[in-house]
This record gives sequence, structure tokens and C-alpha cells, in this order.
Amino acid sequence: MKAYLNRRYLFSASHRLHNDRFADDANRELYGKCNNPYGHGHNYTLEVSVSGQVDRQTGMVCNLVDLDECVGRSILERYDHQNLNCMPEFRDKVPTTENLCIHVFEILQREFRHAHLERVKLDETLMNSFEYAGGTEPRR
Amino acid sequence: MSKYVYLSRKVEFSASHVYHNPAFTPEENRRVFGKCNNPNGHGHNYTLEVTVKGEIDGDTGFVLDLKDLKDILNREVMDVFDHRHLNKEVPEFASEIPTTENIAISIWNRVAPKLNHGTHMHRVRVYETPDLFVDYYGEP
Repeated sequence: MKAYLNRRYLFSASHRLHNDRFADDANRELYGKCNNPYGHGHNYTLEVSVSGQVDRQTGMVCNLVDLDECVGRSILERYDHQNLNCMPEFRDKVPTTENLCIHVFEILQREFRHAHLERVKLDETLMNSFEYAGGTEPRR
Repeated sequence: MSKYVYLSRKVEFSASHVYHNPAFTPEENRRVFGKCNNPNGHGHNYTLEVTVKGEIDGDTGFVLDLKDLKDILNREVMDVFDHRHLNKEVPEFASEIPTTENIAISIWNRVAPKLNHGTHMHRVRVYETPDLFVDYYGEP
């Protein structure tokens, strides 16, 4: 039987939405207060969904300890309490939550080997959230 | 073309369980299941969200009568799971480990056959905590 396991994590980070290729006016026009020069922060909620056959011996899709360890090491330790604009992956890319979502997916796809990564969802606030499923339509 | 509408209903139940596979040694059980293997068990407040799909009945405007779904969930889930020790009191967990994955599958198997003709189970989502939940879509 195939099941989908979903786990939520929290981290906090700051960012500033700004594209060097645009004029200052254009940046302000496009990004509004997200372009304020010293940046601002969010408490992000990360929801990771993995899938696989439920192992008959353990009753599990994968061991949560392994998922927590992987997300902790590769995502939370990397991004929590950081300024996203200062990180190498955002040197030439605007650290929107869309782009962050894709980065998180790609890191976990590389690092997590115990189940299939289905989808990553990032809540930037209670009102805004973003999902990425590797370019495929996420399962509803 | 069918015009499926999806309807979801939540219920909450509280239950205790222990993760233990008699085929494993005590050390293996401890290593695989961690504190979920504590011999006297532990409990959770589970939230179950059942999503059914169907076409809207032209006479009633319903996908299905919510009271019918409520009755099914009370009979097939609440009466069986709520304030129970899952390993000791729910028959399928005498031989299967009552992980959230297996609870979702068990609820699907109990509820799906009881739905009226024309209404189909879409998803069973079981929250063990707000940060950990499992989806099952009836996939083999």
C-alpha cells in the first residue's frame, strides 16, 4: 500500500527582494515593501511530503528519525536565522519564496534517500504559501 | 464530462498505541521505533479528515448527506478508535503496527465500502500531531 507522509518544520530567515538588473525605481515598483533596503524576515513553515510503500515490518513509509535528521541537517541548519540574500544560491537569484521552495526541493531530492520526495510546501505567512513538486502536478 | 466536487469532514479521536514488532529483537525494536516502543504505550489526539468525491445530486444539491457521512464516521471510526488502545482493541492492529500510515489505510478500508453508490472515497488524511500527518488514496 502506498501512503504519503507529511511533516512540518519551522525556520526563520530574512530576505530582500531586489534584482540588480532592474533600476531602483523598477525594483520598488515591482517588489514594493519587500524591496526595503535592509530586508525583513519571516517565520517559514516548511511542509515536506514523501511517499512510498508502507513497510510491512515497520508499518512506516520511512523512519521519521531519518527524515528529521535529513531536513534538520540539510535545510534547517542551512537556512534558519540566516539572511537568504547572503547565501551562495541567491547570489544571482532573487530569494523569493518560490525560488526558496525550489531550492529546498532540490536539496531534499539529493539528500533524502529513504522515500520518494513528492512535494515541498513553504508558508511564508499565514496568507501566502508556495508548493513545488519537481515540476509535476502535486497530488491533491 | 463528470463534475466531481470534493467534500471533506474532520473528526477527532484520542487513542493510545505502542510500536513493537515481535519478529524483531528488543534491541531492534528500540532502535527502529525509539520512544514509540516504550512498553506501556503512549497516546495522541488524532484528527481524521476524510475527503469524498461525487457529482452533485440535482434534487438535493448535495454530494452526499453530511449526516450520513457523520454516522458512518461515528460507527466505523469513532466507536472503534476513540479512547481505545489500538494494539489491544482494534482487531487489525493485533497483527499490524498501528503507525499513522496503517491507521490511515485501516480507516479507508472501514469507511470506503460504506459510502453510498455514486460517492467515492478520495483521500484519508490522519494527523497524529499538527506537524505530522499521513495521506492515503487507496493506492496499492
